Order: sequence, then C-alpha cells, then structure tokens
Amino acid sequence: MPAPTAILPALQTRFPRLTLRASADHPAVNIPADEAGALLKTLRDEFGFAHLADLTAVDGGPGATPRFTVVWHLFSLTAHGYFRVAAHCADDAEPAMPSTTPLWPAADWHEREIWDMFGITFPGHADLRRILMWDGYPYHPLRKEFPLAGLPTELPDAEIAAEIPTKVIAAPMAGGPFVATTGELNLGEAEPRAKDESWNERREKPDA
Amino acid sequence: MSNAYTFPDNAAKTAGAAASAELPTEKMSLSMGPSHPSTHGVLRLQMEIDGETVVKADPVIGYLHRGDEKIAENMTYNQFVPYTDRLDYLAPLANNVAYALAVEQLAGLTVPPRCQAIRVISAELARISSHLMGLGAFGIDVGAWTIFLYTFTEREKLYRLFEELTGARFTNSYTRIGGVARDVPEGWTDRVNAFCDQFLPILDEVLGMLSRNKIFLDRTDGVGVISKEDAIAYGLTGPNLRGSGVPLDLRKDRPYSGYEQYDFDVPVGVKGDCYDRYAVRGEEMKQSVRIIKQAIARFPGGDWYAKDARKIFAPPKDKVLTSMEELINNFMIVTEGPQIPPGEAYFEAENPKGILGFYVVSKGGGVPWRLKIRSPSFCNLSILPKICAGALVADVVSILGSFDFVMGECDR
Amino acid sequence: MVSAHTELNYDRKIEGDVIVSRLDSVINWIRTNSMWPMPMGLACCAIELMGVAASRFDIARFGAEVMRFSPRQADCMIVAGTVTYKMAPQVRRIYDQMPAPKWVIAMGACASSGGMYRSYATLQGVDRIIPVDVYVSGCPPRPEALLDALIRLQEKVKREPAAQRLFQRT
Repeated sequence: MPAPTAILPALQTRFPRLTLRASADHPAVNIPADEAGALLKTLRDEFGFAHLADLTAVDGGPGATPRFTVVWHLFSLTAHGYFRVAAHCADDAEPAMPSTTPLWPAADWHEREIWDMFGITFPGHADLRRILMWDGYPYHPLRKEFPLAGLPTELPDAEIAAEIPTKVIAAPMAGGPFVATTGELNLGEAEPRAKDESWNERREKPDA
Repeated sequence: MSNAYTFPDNAAKTAGAAASAELPTEKMSLSMGPSHPSTHGVLRLQMEIDGETVVKADPVIGYLHRGDEKIAENMTYNQFVPYTDRLDYLAPLANNVAYALAVEQLAGLTVPPRCQAIRVISAELARISSHLMGLGAFGIDVGAWTIFLYTFTEREKLYRLFEELTGARFTNSYTRIGGVARDVPEGWTDRVNAFCDQFLPILDEVLGMLSRNKIFLDRTDGVGVISKEDAIAYGLTGPNLRGSGVPLDLRKDRPYSGYEQYDFDVPVGVKGDCYDRYAVRGEEMKQSVRIIKQAIARFPGGDWYAKDARKIFAPPKDKVLTSMEELINNFMIVTEGPQIPPGEAYFEAENPKGILGFYVVSKGGGVPWRLKIRSPSFCNLSILPKICAGALVADVVSILGSFDFVMGECDR
Repeated sequence: MVSAHTELNYDRKIEGDVIVSRLDSVINWIRTNSMWPMPMGLACCAIELMGVAASRFDIARFGAEVMRFSPRQADCMIVAGTVTYKMAPQVRRIYDQMPAPKWVIAMGACASSGGMYRSYATLQGVDRIIPVDVYVSGCPPRPEALLDALIRLQEKVKREPAAQRLFQRT
C-alpha cells in the first residue's frame, strides 16, 4: 500500500476537479460536494482508507463564502496514515452535503451531530435528527453567530417545564471569567467584576 | 399499548395454528436511562422489547452535552486544558497529552525526551486507572461487586501518585502545550515503580476472580459479538476494536511521544464478544506496566518543556519572578494565549477508551477557530443499535459494561 | 394500691426500658443515621462519589452507603456532576419521585452553579430546578468534602421539626 501522499497524483487524474488543500500534517484535498461521495468511495475501496476516523464541519463565520465546509478524516489500517477530504457546501443559507452513511455506518452519528450543531443537512441520511441537543431545540449552537452563552428557549420537557420556574436562559457570562477573544483581549475587561456591575455579593443578582 | 387481548375464535385458531404455535406477545417500549446504574452516566437506551428480547435499541445521547467545542472557540489554547480533563474523566492525564500533542502538531513543536517520558508514564498510569474503573464497573454490572472494591483500592493508590505529580486527584490539567506543568517530584518515579510491583499480583488476583468464573463467563462469552468488518465500518477504536481482532494501536502504528522505544504487545481478541473486550483490557494493564517500567528505567534527564516554544509555553514561575523578559513573555502568553500559526491539524492519540482525536483549525493567534473532539466513546456507542438488536435485556447490561464508555467525552 | 386493672398500675419493672425524649430528636436521630442517597451521577463528580463509597473513604461509616438507584427508596439526592438543560427535566422528575422527607446535596461546582461550563447547554446551578440543602465546592470535590457535606446535612436534619411535619401535607 503506497504512502498516503503518493496517491495524490493518481487521484488528480481520476478527479480533475479535485484541488490540493493546504496542509502541514496529512495529505489533504478539496473536492466539490457532488463528487465527495465518489472520491471517498474510491479512497475506501481502492486505496485502503477503510476507517472513517472523523467527520466534522467548520463554519467560516457569517459573511464568509463558501461558509460551511465538511471535513472527513480517513485512516488507512494498512498504511497507517490519514487523509483529509474537505468539501464546501454550495448554499450558505441552507447548507447541504450528500450523506456518506452508505459508505460508513460510522458516519450516521457524525452527520446527525453536524446537523445538530451546524444545521447542515445530509440528503440520503435515513434518520437525520438532533443527537446532542434535544428534539425541538431551535438553534444550531456551533454556528459562529450563536453566542456561547446561548439563547433563551423552552426546556425540553413541557410537563416539567410547567412545574419549575426556570427556562433555558443565556448563561451569565459577566465578562468572563474564562472567555477570551482573539486580538481584542484586555486583561482589565476580562476580569468579571469589570464588566457586569449590576450584582455583587451584597446586591441580589437580577433574575436572569 | 392496549392490555386487552381477545382470544381468537376456534375457526381462526385452527386456521392460524401452524403460523402461531407460540404464545402471542406484544412489543413493549422500554427506556433505560438516563439515570440507570448500568448506563455509566447518562446514556439512555430507548428499546423496543419483545418479551426478554430486544428488537430495537436506539441510544439517546447528549444528556451531558456541555458545549466543550463552543467553549474552546472562546478561549485560548491553554485555558482549554482543564476542559480536556473532563472529557474522559477516568483518564484525564491521557486527554491532556492528546490535546497538547494536537496543538503541538499544528505549531510544529516537539518536546524534549524527558517531557515525552513524563507524558508516557502519566498516560499509561491513566490507562491503568481507566481500565480499573472499567473493570470494576463491568463487575458491578454482571453482579460481581467485589471487583469494584479491589479496583478502587488500586485507583486510590494511583490517585495518590497523581496528586503528588499534579496536585489534583483526577482532574489533573497537567500537560501544557509545549511541555508539562512541572517536573516530576523527587522520588516519584520510584514510588510509581513500587506501585507497579505491588499492582501486578493484585491485578492477577482480580482477573483470576473473573476470568474462569462460571457466572461471568455465562454473562459475557459469546454475548455482544462484533465482527471485524463491523468494528471497522462503525469506526470502533481502542479495546473494543482490538477485542474484535483488529490490531490497531496508534502507539504501535503511528508512534508519538516516543512510544517506538518501548517494547510492548498489543493484545487482540478472537471472537469480539464481551469477554474478549474484558480480556483485552486486563492484558493492556499489564502492558502498560511494562511500558511504565521501561520508561522509568531509562528516564531521560534534561528539559521538561520545549525551550524553543517561546510564545507558546509559559515559562516556569521561578523564572517569571526573577527575569523581566520572562515576565513579559508570561504576561503575553496569559493574556493573548499561545501564538499558534494558521492552518489545521488532526491528531489522534491512543487513549484508554479508544482513539481520541483533536481537529484544530487555527486562524492564527491564541484562540482556536474550531476545535473538533473526535471522542472514542461517541464512535464506539454508535454500534449499539446493531449489536443490541436480538440480544436479551440482561445481555444489554453486559454489552454496555464491556464497552467501557464515558458520557463526558461522548457528549462533550 | 389494689385494683382490678393491673395494667394501669405503676410497674417498676419496665422503668429501665423507657426513655423519655422529644419525638423530634428520636425521628431525626433515626433519619440522620440511615440516610439513603440517590446517586444522581452525571459527570466527573460521580467518580469521586464512587470513591466515597469505596473502601478508603467508606461512606458506610456515616450510614449512607446504601446507594439506591430507585428514587422511591432514597432520602437524599446527591447531584454529582453537570446538569445540562437536556438532563434537567429528568433530574427534576427523579426528585419528584423521591418520597418526603428528602434532601439534596449539590456536589461540585457544576451542580452548584454551572461551574466552568458557562455555555448554552448547561443549567447554571441545580438549585434552579430543585431545592438544595448543602452545596459542596470543588471540581470535583475531594471525598472528604462530600463526607463533610453529609455530616453537615445530618446536622441540619437534626434541627428539623420532624414530628410537626409528620402529618403535614406537602
């Protein structure tokens, strides 16, 4: 079995629309979404990448085009190397990617997770429903515009929700204490006391 | 579901006699978990059962989804280390190592041999501690309480070693990107050695209570069989994959942290049943002891953090307090985070539960753009609907016990 | 005194078998020393909870070793770990299924306040859904800390007007 890097030329002749993806660690390619399935099948059947190591998505952030990228990491049990395949979702508003569950049953839960977290649909997936958040949760938390603290919504169980006063609320970030953002971090601002003065040890926290 | 059962009249009875020789039964839906002693946390199995036989099992996960990946996008690389502790909270030291290695791979950093040896020892101790827990919990699941008491006594000894090394019992946060938090304490390696020496006979005793135990064999032998092909197709890793006879162990196949220097075997199972998974874990603990002993025997001197990682690894405290330059450097790392070049990296480490992978996407600066955690428990559990279908309800308990999963990393 | 009704007489033979006490303290004494926990093991803290039950820390010394996974048999819920919004209704439901009197220990930072998980998925403190009697700090708390919490809870239970509440509708 050839080393993972050596198969790149062979793949490029088979898939002319394939482009190399900048990568410092493993061989990586970009492929249009409609050819991703065929490429992955070739990699699995002809090049020995039998193990779907990981399947995830990356959100480029609102405004980026293409915004959503689905990334597969394949592992070869014979050559002991990884291969990264990335495909952009064509539509930024309603992203979709053909399902790879026919190739790997392992993709089932990964794709459900991506749907749950990013809202990318997988046509061809037999049972695409939320996996980590509950059914009926209205947001896709790993999208960049979704705040870490969360957005208010209803509790999953209506019967219990009627009984208890609390709802799903935005977590009180109080300017920190752990949260940092690239480039614009100021230690004074990261200190929780510096931002939210509305409550302290003596004064009651306003109902969140 | 209706309770009323109308007896068919005689004509219908004779007509359908051949077809329904057995008593007619109704399917019942049974929810196991999320609070159930054998679901090891908050897994829920939504099952459809026909008598004692499981017709369909649908795992419902996410009851411990705490938003780790979103949290990671909002903090610096170093700040995320404590969160990796709480993924697989039975082996935090190993998670720390895997995370640090992933970011180091992106930063193009290698740590000195002494640091690698420390990481190997701590990761293997974590493996022993995790497998002990898995064994104890499996014992409880199949009705052998004694095992739990034995394994927890050993775990307490390990906790004492961890505490000495890291300051915490099990949420250690020991590894840093580019090194470890501090050097090993004086005489610690000797105490690890002493632990290993006394541990092997106890392990034999514990395994001896299970390995040829009639009840244990009846509950595990031939139960929950996973074929090689299925194990690969469903992305199983770790002891669950090796139990099915696939010798995938990244410590051998893609050695990191200097695992290539150590001599150890990779145990594999034959049948892929619950017993094989148990046996693989038992043997792995012995191999871990072998690795630890070798690592201690040739414990290298020198630095315990990468000296060239100026903008990544916060300098040791004594230097921060005595040198202006180091103080500024420390300040920059703490406030802005370690400076990681833009790009993406995927790194997997052989953790006790299986392969833990981190996919880090960086746009430069101190905060990851995206951090995906490929957790072994998540992938391992995805095969449950397949192997639980057709099993008895009591076997489901065995199967879950033999999987040794942790919901913290499954749900993240 | 001679009487037909001998049972009404003072019988000095039973004197040694009688203890005069307040009903409250008798009930509370019984309750404190056989507190059956419902181990609501959710996350990392559950491992320390198991550690408390295991041989070194041995919670049996304080009469609380009977971990009951059935809420119907439990007196004290130990919420050990992060409560997520997805899990919160289940925690509440299990709490509702516990017979009164019942107590709750919030073990660890996550159960007490959401801890280090300030995110969209985590309930910011289990006291938002169930009343908590004792909070234990730590991430996770050491086993000693949980034992201390148990002792504090026992002290709290000892001060309760138990007899008065016996026939109260809750």
